[in-house]
Amino acid sequence: MDITAKSKTLTKEPESKLDVETIRKDFPILHTKVHGQPLVYFDNAATSQKPLIVLDAIQEYYKETNSNVHRGIHYLSNKATNEFEASRKTIATHLNASHEEIIFTRGTTEAINLVAFSFGEAFVKNGDEIIISHMEHHSNIVPWQMLCERKNAVLKVIPITQEGELKMDEFKKLLSSKTKLVAVTHVSNTLGTINPVEEIIELAHAKNISVLLDGAQAVPHMKVDVKKLDVDFYCFSGHKLFGPTGIGVLYGKSKWLNQMPPYQGGGEMIKEVTLTKTTYNEPPLRFEAGTPNIEASIVLAKAIDYVNKIGLDKIAKYEHDLLLYATEKLEKIEGVKIIGTAPHKTAVISFIVEGIHPSDIGILLDKQGVAVRTGHHCTQPLIDCFKIPGTVRASFAFYNTFDEIDIFLKALNKAISMLK
Amino acid sequence: MSIEETENEIVEEFEIFGDWMEKYEHIIEIGNSVPKIDEKYKNEAHEIKGCQSKVWLHSELKDGKIIYSADSNAIITKGLVGLVIRVFSDHTPEEIINADISFIDKIGLHEHLSPTRSNGLTAMIKQIKFDALALRAISN
Repeated sequence: MDITAKSKTLTKEPESKLDVETIRKDFPILHTKVHGQPLVYFDNAATSQKPLIVLDAIQEYYKETNSNVHRGIHYLSNKATNEFEASRKTIATHLNASHEEIIFTRGTTEAINLVAFSFGEAFVKNGDEIIISHMEHHSNIVPWQMLCERKNAVLKVIPITQEGELKMDEFKKLLSSKTKLVAVTHVSNTLGTINPVEEIIELAHAKNISVLLDGAQAVPHMKVDVKKLDVDFYCFSGHKLFGPTGIGVLYGKSKWLNQMPPYQGGGEMIKEVTLTKTTYNEPPLRFEAGTPNIEASIVLAKAIDYVNKIGLDKIAKYEHDLLLYATEKLEKIEGVKIIGTAPHKTAVISFIVEGIHPSDIGILLDKQGVAVRTGHHCTQPLIDCFKIPGTVRASFAFYNTFDEIDIFLKALNKAISMLK
Repeated sequence: MSIEETENEIVEEFEIFGDWMEKYEHIIEIGNSVPKIDEKYKNEAHEIKGCQSKVWLHSELKDGKIIYSADSNAIITKGLVGLVIRVFSDHTPEEIINADISFIDKIGLHEHLSPTRSNGLTAMIKQIKFDALALRAISN
């Protein structure tokens, strides 16, 4: 997805025919009003809205299936277990993984913490190094800092360019015999940059170093194939993928999961418990202590089915057209500076307006019905790097329209005229 | 004018505005006329934590009354702090500590009081009262 070739795609009639009007009927919340204005929801990088099929499935679960999984002897427990494990298989198929490599977590944050703890316990020792990048979300920084503190290991950081891309030459220099893991984001939540993850994995693997990718911002917008990527760990959140909150996924290669100790202790994760010695279950259950979020686990598969029915390739193309349209129009507004101008981006636009604080713009957009996010977007080191107080971030999903972008631009112009 | 009278005055002022944008236009105007803080106080010691934007507040005791001044790098935040200062400034520490203000709710800005809200109006009021407590201790 190259946004340098923008001139020929600046049109309200994209080549990619996505029936957005019909799709929008699946999302009741998009038809609500806020402050008396029709809602324009451009905060999809924070969380996505949910289609009816997901909302119905949540209710259906509690009406027809609700029971605990993996331990029951009765009908409902078997039904719940079957649906729970079927969802694991749907997710595995979606990522091109095996189902025993799919671990349910609370979200991306817990998935990363799990790897930082369990992989760290198994493989990281005094003086070892972990590599992250300067554009990481706090959830892909802090767990590694905690691991480094625990193990007396060293955290190394890949610097970025002013366009918001990783400095790959610097990355190559950071890889050393002490490096145990590279943990980077697939797509930046603040800038939208799509990182060259294939190259990162190839370079790391050439030195027998494992790679974790934070896929929270990638999975809702593109097809991800973990086998093709050959990535060691991949994680994402259900709520950004049009599914419920409180559910996330960690993919891990079996060869690593098998060697990793549990993250938490409790029910489900054990084979046998005596008061003196406990043996642990095989992955993935080894990493799923306690009663899981059964409803959200099951419903996540419905969200994935929904997205696949529309087609992620079509979604990616349509969202890219939205990005081009909004980028070109935004650039024409006096004083607007887009932060993150990498050639490969998802539909995320961070920007600042000269002389105006991002939060002022956010408040005035909200009052005109437009939902964006302002601030550091949980990427303080990245924002500091650009020496700005934060950005206004508009992030699109496939249910957004070109007309909504026009409404947003009009509201932005009004906000700027009031604030200047 | 008592704290309550100033509050009532603000509530009346906001009654004439038909919609949100007009209200915010007024807040921006207030932001532009906030009693300017001396540049030397725009430091970490005077910064109010808990705001997405930076806010600095200075308090000083003059003839038994507290005079507040403030600044922010965001104009709406500055307008909000301006409103709060207008209510509290030029009163005794005792009056400020005991004031139970309600104008924010009445003019429909209560959303800014929520602890999750990044403008930190709650943090500003807390700081204003905290400063009053400290200055009361000094004056006693």
